[in-house]
Amino acid sequence: MVSEKDVSYVAELAHLELTDDERRRMLKDLNSILDYIDRLNQLDTSNVEPMAQVASRYAQRTHGDDAFAHAMRADEPLPCLPREEALRNAPASDGTFFKVPKVIER
Amino acid sequence: MDINLLTVDSARSAVLEKQTTPSAMVDAFYQKIEAEDGPIGAYLTLSKDRAYRQAARIEALADKGDDLPPLAGVPIAIKDVFTTKDVRTTAGSKILSEFVAPYDATVVSRLEEAGAIILGKTNCDEFAMGSSNENSGFFPVHNPRDLSRVPGGSSGGSAAAVAAGTAVASLGSDTGGSIRQPAAFCGVVGLMPTYGRVSRYGLIAFASSLDHPGPFGKSVLDTALMLQAIAGRDPRDSTTADVPVPNYREQVGEPISGMKVGVPGEYFEEGLDPEVREAVEIGLQEMKIAGAEIVPVSLPHTAYAIPTYYVVATAEASSNLARYDGVRYGLRSKEAKTLSEMYRRTRDAGFGAEVKRRIMLGTYVLSAGYYDAYYLKAQRVRSLLARDFDEAFSKVDVIVTPTTPTAAFKLGEKTDDPLAMYLADIFTVTADLVGIPGISIPCGKSKDGLPIGMQILGKHFDESTLLRVAHVAEHALAGKVAVSS
Repeated sequence: MVSEKDVSYVAELAHLELTDDERRRMLKDLNSILDYIDRLNQLDTSNVEPMAQVASRYAQRTHGDDAFAHAMRADEPLPCLPREEALRNAPASDGTFFKVPKVIER
Repeated sequence: MDINLLTVDSARSAVLEKQTTPSAMVDAFYQKIEAEDGPIGAYLTLSKDRAYRQAARIEALADKGDDLPPLAGVPIAIKDVFTTKDVRTTAGSKILSEFVAPYDATVVSRLEEAGAIILGKTNCDEFAMGSSNENSGFFPVHNPRDLSRVPGGSSGGSAAAVAAGTAVASLGSDTGGSIRQPAAFCGVVGLMPTYGRVSRYGLIAFASSLDHPGPFGKSVLDTALMLQAIAGRDPRDSTTADVPVPNYREQVGEPISGMKVGVPGEYFEEGLDPEVREAVEIGLQEMKIAGAEIVPVSLPHTAYAIPTYYVVATAEASSNLARYDGVRYGLRSKEAKTLSEMYRRTRDAGFGAEVKRRIMLGTYVLSAGYYDAYYLKAQRVRSLLARDFDEAFSKVDVIVTPTTPTAAFKLGEKTDDPLAMYLADIFTVTADLVGIPGISIPCGKSKDGLPIGMQILGKHFDESTLLRVAHVAEHALAGKVAVSS
């Protein structure tokens, strides 16, 4: 069971504030979804490997240890976005850096 | 020329044979969008400058008498989760409502290199999270076949544009069913290729191990031709596979006699609308008539797919969406004094309810003390789901199921119950988790006149067989998809 305290803690981890209404709704929804997810515990998976992604399972079958060889490349610098392009969508910048509010309060 | 009847091939031929010019065709589509898209809401942004520039380029090629590229002059729409250089790209979210992408997604540049003309960006559920398009940060999409109903989601705008004839074909993305489910609801063809077949570079990430770009079209052939343009290894996406891309046009139209078509009992249990069952059974009958053998198979872990999906997808999403912090792009809350306050207020203001719910769930299942119980557990069950398909595909060439348990539901019908909404993807999520390709084709209508979709699933990187079977079924059932009027 997720508690109100858990909701506050997870919201903090996720950098969300949430209104009181949102917190109440979140508590209800998370509990109902997690209750449904609990059915995974009906399965014995003690001898089953976790599958993090598709390629690890299938490419290894066909390509063995070289499965990810194609994903490797020489570590060479390539052109990247020009600074002005990279800053174009910035909410605040000084033309060289992104600007943010104060990090440390004095 | 009736633009409602245009297909990929006929649009290209019209340009090649000078029945029209690409610019005139673009004019006609923008007129249609302006006249008809209002009540549907498929488009978020029209990329007119870009469309006319590309039209001029194709026109110049046609004037020179050069051989035209395979999608020359074909007007298409792009789901707004793919970045388009100098064109607003929102992912359906308020947090990106003013974001103008500085580069093109690989699929976008490949489609343009193949000659396609991008008319605009289509509406979708925010960050592709949803099954009805009601989670769009802007406005919901309405189903062109019945405006009181949802078009499905999350690629609802892309499916609706093809169904309404405001694009000849379109691009979507599928993470838990987001191409196949809206294709079924809107009565068009939607193809999710194998994971690793199509580059995700420039696809705004939802769940990276599950996100699949793929096309919508009026016919199986049209989706095959779109796939041809976007498939293949991309050095910018290390998860694209080094697997040769066949000529799909040659595959479509090949006979299917002797092929083994698996039917999993688990997909035909209670909860399936009898009308949907009947329509899919008629489709299977047609495959049998075409010489295929129908073989019962079992996918015993099917009931665990949705819970597995909502752990894996939300965990990945919570991590991917951490980047929306108001620093480098997107919305920034102005009412914050400190950096951490700025993060929280920005995210609170920019994300909608469903996105917040999934970030919270994903953060929870990854948090200390719950990681093993939820995330690792779900990853292990994901292996069991993959084993189910390995076992089934040792006996059959393709697997046929309904795409959705019911035809399109009404707007508002499931918005108060997230779990009920999640269950709309019950037949589609497993293929995303396992990484196999799947297609939804129209297969009949409900008594209310709503489209019903049949799903065909194939082996990894075997889109060819999938397309062959889908093409035979399509022609036996209804022929080409009609644009709704």
